[in-house]
Amino acid sequence: MKSGSLLAVSFVLSFILAGCAGEEAVKSKEDSSRGTPAETMPADGKGEAAGSGLSEQEKQKAQKMADLLAQHRIHFAFDSSSIDNESRAIIEAHAQNLKANPQIKVALEGNCDERGTREYNLALGERRAQAVEKLMKVLGVAANRVSTVSFGEEKGLCAEHNESCWRQNRRVEIVYK
Amino acid sequence: MVSGKWHQASNGLIQTGFLLLLAAFSLLPWSEARAVLTIEITKGVETGVPIAIVPFGFEVLKPPHNVSDVIQADLTRSGRFSVLSRKDFVATPHEDKEVVFKDWRVIKAEALVIGSVRPAGPGKFQVQFRLYDVFKETQLAGFRYTVSADKLRSVAHQISDIIHEKLTGELGSFNTHIAYITREEGRKGTPVYNKLQVADSDGYGSQTIVRSVEPLMSPAWSPDGTRLAYVSFEDRRAKVYIQNISDGRREMIAEFKGINSAPAWSPDGRRLALTLSRDGNAEIYVLRLDDRALKRLTYDPSIDTEPSWSPDGRYLVFTSDRAGGPQIYRMSADGGSAERLTFEGDYNARASYAADGKSLALVSRQDGSYRISALRLDTGAFQVLTDTSLDESPSFAPNGRIIIYATEVRGHGVLASVSADGRVRQLYKFEEGDVREPAWSPYNRELQYKE
Repeated sequence: MKSGSLLAVSFVLSFILAGCAGEEAVKSKEDSSRGTPAETMPADGKGEAAGSGLSEQEKQKAQKMADLLAQHRIHFAFDSSSIDNESRAIIEAHAQNLKANPQIKVALEGNCDERGTREYNLALGERRAQAVEKLMKVLGVAANRVSTVSFGEEKGLCAEHNESCWRQNRRVEIVYK
Repeated sequence: MVSGKWHQASNGLIQTGFLLLLAAFSLLPWSEARAVLTIEITKGVETGVPIAIVPFGFEVLKPPHNVSDVIQADLTRSGRFSVLSRKDFVATPHEDKEVVFKDWRVIKAEALVIGSVRPAGPGKFQVQFRLYDVFKETQLAGFRYTVSADKLRSVAHQISDIIHEKLTGELGSFNTHIAYITREEGRKGTPVYNKLQVADSDGYGSQTIVRSVEPLMSPAWSPDGTRLAYVSFEDRRAKVYIQNISDGRREMIAEFKGINSAPAWSPDGRRLALTLSRDGNAEIYVLRLDDRALKRLTYDPSIDTEPSWSPDGRYLVFTSDRAGGPQIYRMSADGGSAERLTFEGDYNARASYAADGKSLALVSRQDGSYRISALRLDTGAFQVLTDTSLDESPSFAPNGRIIIYATEVRGHGVLASVSADGRVRQLYKFEEGDVREPAWSPYNRELQYKE
């Protein structure tokens, strides 16, 4: 599963880089008028090679995308399925990745913290997974690419009885298949 | 709105004859003693009937099969009796003719229990007991049982039930069972197992009904006590099964798209209320078991779940967050509009009826803690019964006097019970890992061995 998601990240990176290359002519003009931001980059040979031919802005965009795609957990407030802005950015990145890579599918696994009752939490976990699914659909991901499942409070990541643990457990996991 | 009439469920409902190989049911009861627990009384009252229980004569079996010890533990646990210390006894009668009532008035006993356990042929025992009213100097009950060794604990629980009924006027619920879910961390490198277990009402003699590496949830007894409905994630999502306790034969009941959960038997045992999200949202349905006809009862964009039938079968109570947070509602078992029942606090969930239909046990959030509470349906009186913080899954004993529930002690899931009036509390200490989701069986209609 892990290698699958790494693969997905590399897919989307190549997509972004390819997409950026096409816009290079326009953007590099703007960039050159502002000076040479490339020199502020750390002297990292690898990064240099991957980013060759890209503006600083584009590199940052690609890096931000990669960072967002590396996050597979969407967190929630207690008894809530509302998606905050931070989570929205993660979901948008995954939605973009799905659109760019038509062969990939994801499962959205809804989970809850231990508080409250188990059957209610099973329904709440599903509602969380559905909230992420709904946003992905709004962002243009086809319905057959996304499935949802709820584990309620049965699959906690953390077993302690405190808010830091509870927050980790209130989540939707985006699992690449 | 879609009409709520019965229609045939369409997708793969029935997979009959699905035989699951289960952990062997041991014929030697003492080999199961590993799961045995101790019960600690965490809050008690000393106002019960003072009763003297004389150690039975000729008892050769040690605990946990020592009949008089089992009776003593049962009666102590009920909170309805004050069991007198054996140290103070001036006599140890085993036969009717040996009883001198004055000996018992001296230590202020109001009731006296005597008896004996004699070997009666290969592997058999004859148990006799008598219950006396010390002041009236009369015998209130007396029975003889001839049983195999593995039924001795059951006989002891039956005797406790008789004593309870004779002295309090109410049925006892000692000769019953509890089902519950455990999660056991094995040795390093071995899988974590989830198990559906059934044990005697005092936690002894546990048997594994289902074992799975994936979660198990929501055990529910059929009204005749022969089957359990439950939720299993063995296919990586929640599906509902019904399984025979005696032979392990089971059937797939619901594997619709989305969640399949919260099974609850109708009192006549012919229907199962369920929570399904096959239409996109968690709603309550009733499935008729003989022809698998499915009827949807709720139509609300909120979460509707945790159905429980009234004992007369006319109503269902359930949890819904249609008003914001979860609260308890009641509707006709045929569907239709729902009436909100709970108004105290912002989180009330998983209600279940007492056998007399007059009150509900539920989980209620109080100052950030989840506690077992009782709601009187006739007066609306609401009483918080526990003072711990992560209580869940309350289930009434069939006589309505005790509620068993799951709570957390020092990081572990444990079972506990509280008397319906909140006065007596006990902790069940299992040797297994986390224990959760207790469900108390109906009355045991198994053959009684009385003579």
